Amino acid sequence: MTAARTLLRSWLPPVVAAVVIFGGWEAVLAVLRPDGFVLPPPSEIGRAVAENFDAIITATGVTGFIIVTGLLAGVVVGAALALLVTASRAANETLTPLAVAVNAVPIIALAPIFNAWFGLLSPRSNQAVVVVLVFFPIFINTARGLTQVEPSQVELMESYGAGKWRIMREVRIPNAMPFFFTALKLATSLAVIAAIVAEYFGGRQDALGNLITNSAGLTRYDDAWAAVLAGSLVGIGLYALAVLAERLVMPWHFAARRPA
Amino acid sequence: MSDAGPDMNDQAPAVEIRGASKIFNPGRHNEVKALEDIDLHIDQGDFVTLIGPSGCGKSTLLRLIAALVDPSDGTVLVNGKTADAARLDRDYSMVFQRAGLFDWRNVSRNIELPLELMGWKAADRRRRSAEMLELVKLTEFARHHPAELSGGMQQRIAIARAMSFHPQLLLMDEPFGALDEMTREHMQNELLRICSETRITVVFVTHSIGEAVFLSTEVAVMSPRPGRIAAVIDNDLGPRTDATRDDPAFFSNVTAVRDALRGGH
Repeated sequence: MTAARTLLRSWLPPVVAAVVIFGGWEAVLAVLRPDGFVLPPPSEIGRAVAENFDAIITATGVTGFIIVTGLLAGVVVGAALALLVTASRAANETLTPLAVAVNAVPIIALAPIFNAWFGLLSPRSNQAVVVVLVFFPIFINTARGLTQVEPSQVELMESYGAGKWRIMREVRIPNAMPFFFTALKLATSLAVIAAIVAEYFGGRQDALGNLITNSAGLTRYDDAWAAVLAGSLVGIGLYALAVLAERLVMPWHFAARRPA
Repeated sequence: MSDAGPDMNDQAPAVEIRGASKIFNPGRHNEVKALEDIDLHIDQGDFVTLIGPSGCGKSTLLRLIAALVDPSDGTVLVNGKTADAARLDRDYSMVFQRAGLFDWRNVSRNIELPLELMGWKAADRRRRSAEMLELVKLTEFARHHPAELSGGMQQRIAIARAMSFHPQLLLMDEPFGALDEMTREHMQNELLRICSETRITVVFVTHSIGEAVFLSTEVAVMSPRPGRIAAVIDNDLGPRTDATRDDPAFFSNVTAVRDALRGGH
């Protein structure tokens, strides 16, 4: 009874919101009747998905692979760099300005250059764009979490004779977890954007980015929207995974919000 | 403090500081003379309070004893050895104004933290943690998370953590400074009970005159810029009860400390 009510309470608002938004979208377009290239109604997009189902699934697989591998590599690079600059003053003074400089480059603009490096049709160049775009928010947030610790907790560890590495493990890394996961959630959508935009410039021809540009080029806007929808679903799925991982890795963070 | 005469036991004094000074950022534009010419002698079993206005260096002096800060000059001995050797031997334990419990550990595992660092076996750690929870009367909260406890309860857990490996010396930096008055008095009673049960030596930093006089056997009054010990006041009020807070002797010692604080500048 209460479980059913809890379930209802958590699911009802988003479902109602979706019905209102998509219903409203459909209704407004039915009244205004703009040309299809301005905005197709949800029903048209749904039909386009059904028609191109195989191509969309393939494209989602291709682009999804780029997103996931690029995201993972970017997270590893960003987190490792954060640990390094926190542990070593020399690393901090050399690598942090470098990371800031790399981040200041308009990274999407590198996509055509990466194509020259890795090959126009290779997914490597798209992955590289994702990695470069993802690593910075992970790096900067994790580094902040590693350094912004309660000073008395560090003094406490020192008073117990704990060394630098022990303090890293017992204080800094757990302290950085909320920062890391905030960055990870941001990074999931960044990765989707980076992969699809990079695909506008090159990479495999059966990917979502190409599906969007080709469909739009043929004025098949409903097909383009269908591909956008697929990309959104990948982003939502990754975001949900990040939330799940956050809850599994730091149960204390959520337990603490329970009243005594 | 009590002069270096014949001790009750032949143990080394808990703390022996001679001619210690501390200058932060020496030779730079932001150079600060935090402590100057500090002599301090604390016998085993004493409860000594360091009191003074903010900026008098009382927290720095505590960190000198803890070897978290090195003196610029002079010597600091703890249990007859250098402060750093005492730190590595885990002769002392610290309690800060903020309980500083680790959110990612439950209450019991917070208490076990120093024992883990010392390489104790899990079963021994658990047994000791249970004993400590009994000492601070919070047994039923062993599996709670720190954020689920009130400020006073968190500070009791911090004390339990500090006492877990039975250190000989407890260094407390305004441990009750963030608590409300009622909780504070309760914590003071609890601390004295724990001290009498464990016969531990305490160095206690505070800016509350009443707290200093209620708790300690001796009050070291400090003056600022640069931090010096202006006076050491003997504070023998016998065993404390709640009635002590209304005792004329209590008030006359409060007055003595207040006068010493005023004389300091």
